[in-house]
Amino acid sequence: MSHREKDEHSGIDTTGHEWDGIKELDNPLPRWWLYIWYACIAVAVVMWVLLPAWPTLNGYTHGVLHQSDRVQVARDMADLKARRGAEGAMLTNASLEQIEQDPKLQTYAMAAGQAIFGDNCAPCHGAGGAGGKGYANLRDDVWLWGGSLSDIQQTITYGVRSGHPQARLSQMPAFGRDALLKPDEVNDLTEYVVALSHRKADRAAVYRAAPLYAQQCAVCHGPAGLGSQAVGAPNLTDADWLYGSDRQSIHDQIWNGRGGVMPAWTGRLDPDQIKAVAVYVHVNSGGAAAKTQ
Amino acid sequence: MTVVIDQTAQPQGAASGGKAAKPAPQASLYKKRDPIYPKLVNGPFRQLKWALMAVMLGIYYGLPWVRWPRPDGAPQQAVLVDFAHGRFYFFMFDLWPDEVYYITGLLVVSALALFLVTAWMGRLWCGFACPQTVWTDLFLYVERLFEGDRNQRIRLASQPLSLNKASRKTGKHVVWLAIAAATGGAWIFYFDDAPTLWNAFWAGTAPIAAYLFFGVLTFTTYSLAGAMREQVCIYMCPWPRIQGAMLDTQSLQVTYRYDRGEPRGPHKKDTSWAGRGDCIECKACVTVCPMGIDIRDGSQLECINCGLCIDACDEIMEKVDRPIGLIGYDSDYAVACRSKGETPEYRFIRGRTIYYGVALIVVSAVIVAGFVLRTPYQLHVARDRNPLFVRLHDGSIRNSFTVNLVNRSYTSKTFVVSLDGLPAPRLQAPGLTADVRGVSVKVDPGMERAVRILATVDPTSLTTALNPARMTARIDGKVLTAQTVFITDGARP
Repeated sequence: MSHREKDEHSGIDTTGHEWDGIKELDNPLPRWWLYIWYACIAVAVVMWVLLPAWPTLNGYTHGVLHQSDRVQVARDMADLKARRGAEGAMLTNASLEQIEQDPKLQTYAMAAGQAIFGDNCAPCHGAGGAGGKGYANLRDDVWLWGGSLSDIQQTITYGVRSGHPQARLSQMPAFGRDALLKPDEVNDLTEYVVALSHRKADRAAVYRAAPLYAQQCAVCHGPAGLGSQAVGAPNLTDADWLYGSDRQSIHDQIWNGRGGVMPAWTGRLDPDQIKAVAVYVHVNSGGAAAKTQ
Repeated sequence: MTVVIDQTAQPQGAASGGKAAKPAPQASLYKKRDPIYPKLVNGPFRQLKWALMAVMLGIYYGLPWVRWPRPDGAPQQAVLVDFAHGRFYFFMFDLWPDEVYYITGLLVVSALALFLVTAWMGRLWCGFACPQTVWTDLFLYVERLFEGDRNQRIRLASQPLSLNKASRKTGKHVVWLAIAAATGGAWIFYFDDAPTLWNAFWAGTAPIAAYLFFGVLTFTTYSLAGAMREQVCIYMCPWPRIQGAMLDTQSLQVTYRYDRGEPRGPHKKDTSWAGRGDCIECKACVTVCPMGIDIRDGSQLECINCGLCIDACDEIMEKVDRPIGLIGYDSDYAVACRSKGETPEYRFIRGRTIYYGVALIVVSAVIVAGFVLRTPYQLHVARDRNPLFVRLHDGSIRNSFTVNLVNRSYTSKTFVVSLDGLPAPRLQAPGLTADVRGVSVKVDPGMERAVRILATVDPTSLTTALNPARMTARIDGKVLTAQTVFITDGARP
């Protein structure tokens, strides 16, 4: 296969390889090319000295410049913040109400809030904030823990059942699973809750469940089923259902007593970011005042 | 209609400078440039070109310095392209970036006007108005100042380098560079407040882009008008190629009337003109040509129709006591007719000029109407698609809209936004005041503002899932509307 020969046209040896009759001349590398190659090697040696280069048994050589991308990112972020200056700190000294009322601040907060919401909140609440089964819809006028600006800020900051000491906390008992009520009683209560939301229900079951409701449920959900934002108990009389409105869903909820978890964002978002996303959520939900649903 | 035109066309440039290029021993893909030394000529076309040059350069250099009063805060410069704030000011008008289609329209109108003029009168643009022609003319004027007219320049070029030659060449290039710098300098004043930039420019504190464009335009002016000249027209510019599609045999062009000129030949004084043409082969038309061509070869790509050969020929014709106009504006058709002994007919209204004219009128009317009827206010609506709608606790349905309001005026305006075409919609806009008329949105002068407006409707009053609606903004007695749709789940409780 390898057969070096002299090329008759140029008088230069071939490399000795042949592919379908095509041969390659064994020309020497151009000098300038060679010198650039040597220069690259020299530069590489300098780089080993200056920059992190070689792994060692318990780390790596740091280089005399102590270059670190991680440190650089932190420095860049601090630099960015410094350059934004007063513009970037616009939300710091304004109250949530001031931010919402001021055209410039609201525009700024909405833009910042949308980005923050998309990065942090959308995985559960959806990109549009409409939520899903078990995840609260943030676009309607129904709020488990209150829909005012300060309520929303509180919920975002400390979360719900997040483990943070100041988290919003409540737990609906698993009446069926923990055998607090008998299966028949859970069935009767299901009919009662259906009736509360102005739908047709089994009258006999509703009558049987009335004392049970007063005894077990009214503490949180209220005697008329209107719920309580103080304990995150939903209103059972309206058209909004976190876990579904059909009988099976209501039954499952009474049986299992599910309650969602929302993380505390303090420490992960800075206070200005929490303000921005609170205003964003509040504006998009129609801007409820600080009262009931 | 067949028209025979005397096409003794030689390869371009062959007749230039009176020297015929010898064929190179080995064929090259590149043609060496034959230097051209146009002779100064006097006559009506030369006078017209001087006057047009003065007017156009005056406009170019002076326009950025014209002031124009505008309400507070806005720039006081009559013509200003303000990239930093996204505005184009032109006297009483100001355009926003989203209105750039008016500029596009102006370009379309200019192109159509160019088509029409070319169909009628040939390359008027090339000969009289094109910046390349104007600056080349100016640079040639400077060249004559330092190096003399044609014959002196040719002699100077053949001389070895001497103090005389060097000083003349240096002087020429210094003045050229000064003109080029003034050209690049004037350009940047269209993009920033001229007096401020003037001071900053000399203080060294102007934006880097100002120095960059100053440098680029100085270089292009110096090289295009000084060194490249006719080569720009012949090799770089697309217009000589495009013009072929605009011209026809009825177009008036700078034309050698070969019916009158041929057979040409030298003429001795006091001999008869019988049996011969009027062209005395003096080459005056060739020596004055800035493109280095012979107009007697007929209509050709290089000819920019500047009319200088008309002036040169008329001067000679007067001297030899023949009627002027051996070279003049004429149509190929007319020349061909006369050479056959027929009386030519000039037709200015013909298919080509009719459809160029109609297109010009229609497009101009559309652009002008659009510009006159534009309002300084605008309304855009984007309805939320995620979620399409939200059901509230009482079963009512809410849709959310982002409403964008633009106030191009110089005073603060309050738009009253409402949603029409729906039964009793309830509007919410947190941070804004909503009453029975709608949501009031104050927009600062020269600003746009996006607001969130949420509309709630009782779905029992709607019969379908998709309900056409109109977002309406009322401002100063004007009503702006934008079509949108109110969406429900379609299910009736």
